[in-house]
Amino acid sequence: MKQITAVVRPSKVDAIKEALVAIDIVGMTIRDVRGFGRQKGQVERYRGNEFTVEFIPKVHITTVVNDDKVEAAITAISNAARSGEIGDGKIFVSPVDEVVRIRTGERGATAL
Amino acid sequence: MAQVPMAGGGPTPLAVFDRFRTKVLAKVQEPELKRYAVMLLAFGAGLLPLMAGSAKAALQKVPTDGADTLLMLMGSALVLLMTPGLAFFYGGFTRAKNVLNTMMMSFFLMGLIGVIWVIVGYSLAFDTGFKSPFIGGLGQMWLNGVGGELGDAPLADGFAISASSFALFQGMFAIITPALISGALVERINFKAWFWFSLLWSLFIYCPMAKMVWGGGYLGPFGEIGAIDFAGGTVVHIAAGVGALVATAIVGPRSGFPGSKRPPHNVPFILLGAGLLWFGWFGFNGASYFAAKGAGFSFQTTTFSASAALLTWCLIEWFRDGKPTAVGAATGAVAGLVGITPAAGFVYMPQAFIIGVATAAACYIAVQVKAAIQFDDSLDAYAVHGVGGTVGALLTGLLAVPALVPADYFPKSAEILAKGGNAALFVAHVKAVLISYGFVGIGTAIILWIVGATVGLRVTPEQEDRGLDFVAHGEEAYDPMTY
Repeated sequence: MKQITAVVRPSKVDAIKEALVAIDIVGMTIRDVRGFGRQKGQVERYRGNEFTVEFIPKVHITTVVNDDKVEAAITAISNAARSGEIGDGKIFVSPVDEVVRIRTGERGATAL
Repeated sequence: MAQVPMAGGGPTPLAVFDRFRTKVLAKVQEPELKRYAVMLLAFGAGLLPLMAGSAKAALQKVPTDGADTLLMLMGSALVLLMTPGLAFFYGGFTRAKNVLNTMMMSFFLMGLIGVIWVIVGYSLAFDTGFKSPFIGGLGQMWLNGVGGELGDAPLADGFAISASSFALFQGMFAIITPALISGALVERINFKAWFWFSLLWSLFIYCPMAKMVWGGGYLGPFGEIGAIDFAGGTVVHIAAGVGALVATAIVGPRSGFPGSKRPPHNVPFILLGAGLLWFGWFGFNGASYFAAKGAGFSFQTTTFSASAALLTWCLIEWFRDGKPTAVGAATGAVAGLVGITPAAGFVYMPQAFIIGVATAAACYIAVQVKAAIQFDDSLDAYAVHGVGGTVGALLTGLLAVPALVPADYFPKSAEILAKGGNAALFVAHVKAVLISYGFVGIGTAIILWIVGATVGLRVTPEQEDRGLDFVAHGEEAYDPMTY
């Protein structure tokens, strides 16, 4: 099992969710986060003051999938999240040792 | 202060303190008027009491008019709404952790000044007990006798509004004026200091200013200088602006400034506030005409100037930075409203347009300069209200239409206009502006010194860091744990 965490534009969240559901990945968690990468924030002006806002809003989408679905998930997220401009975000993949469904006590792949 | 259209025409014996007094007197035919004029002459210059007394000679006694009084009551409600409007306007600019404190600095004054005004403020500004051109008296404390036993007696000869509605209306101005200063001091002033500062400033700066300009005092149309201020360009905006300038210099910048500066936390609040201010300004300027029939002009100049100023500010931004901003639109509108305030009833639409455009341009420059020299007038209280009020006051001198400055209501000013034209009135306004800057500047510094020495002006840097909503009020505007 792998955990997939994608840092994406807030405006792309719905499209990504639908792309994942379409390939039968039906559990995910999102978080509102702020950050910057190569995009390095944006310049805003208020009256005479100029501000560089480095930490701009992003969304973390986290899901855990079986190893055989990792590539499909990456493709689905990438296609849905891509605008082609700097700031589209990143996908991180990491191993997961165990999963427990609290209601039934099931473990491992059947708990996903 | 406004003129009432039904006033008796003809030359006024009030224009007696100039070197043409004999000439003027010769024109006065009615023996009754002549007698008053001679009596007034005996008073000597500078001792003219409130308009009630001084206007007697020229103005006819008129019964209280329902529509005119209703205009004042409606105007009072509108002006009251400007204070919460200002709270939103300012609150949007600050950090989320300081928004309640910022809004309370305005909102709280609806309590504090609302009480002070009735008890003693109105009397200090508009009573004549002290027989001084600088301060009123104590005879109308608790609004004693204002409007007679039933509250329906007219304000003065020539005025068809009730005195009680006038006192109410003026109270709303007294509330918002110190509130404007808060924009310079947000995010670092101790709330207890703000309490005492507002109280003292209202009594010892605002009330004398109102007396001098509107209460028949030194600066106004019945006094030595003869400046005209329709709805408070000097009394409200220059006074608040200069107060803000001095207060910024004395209290000092927020800790960590300018590195600690943050963008506004809620721009929609700023637009909401500016919208409420604009709406309320119909009362502030429009109702300052004091008569329903002719108030269409002062309502129209007010909103027209704001429109021109909003457009000007946004166009400047569009050309300079490529984008018109929402904050700029809100600021431009407020600047235009400030600019037209002293002129609203004294000009026609072309002049209102010029005032709107010029005030917006001047305030835009002031805001850029303030940012460039890193002066922490945090929310541009001086850059908008001080600069806008000054530009408006000076342009009122240059652009006032003599036909809208009738001699029976504005004897000294009309005389200046008749004698030297707008150039002479401009000079009078320069004098009034300089005197106001001096009086308010020095007075504000003294009050701040007293408050600083007794209760202390600032919170600690640690408290600034924590946020004043919690430090001063034990509250947070936005609960981070709300599900």
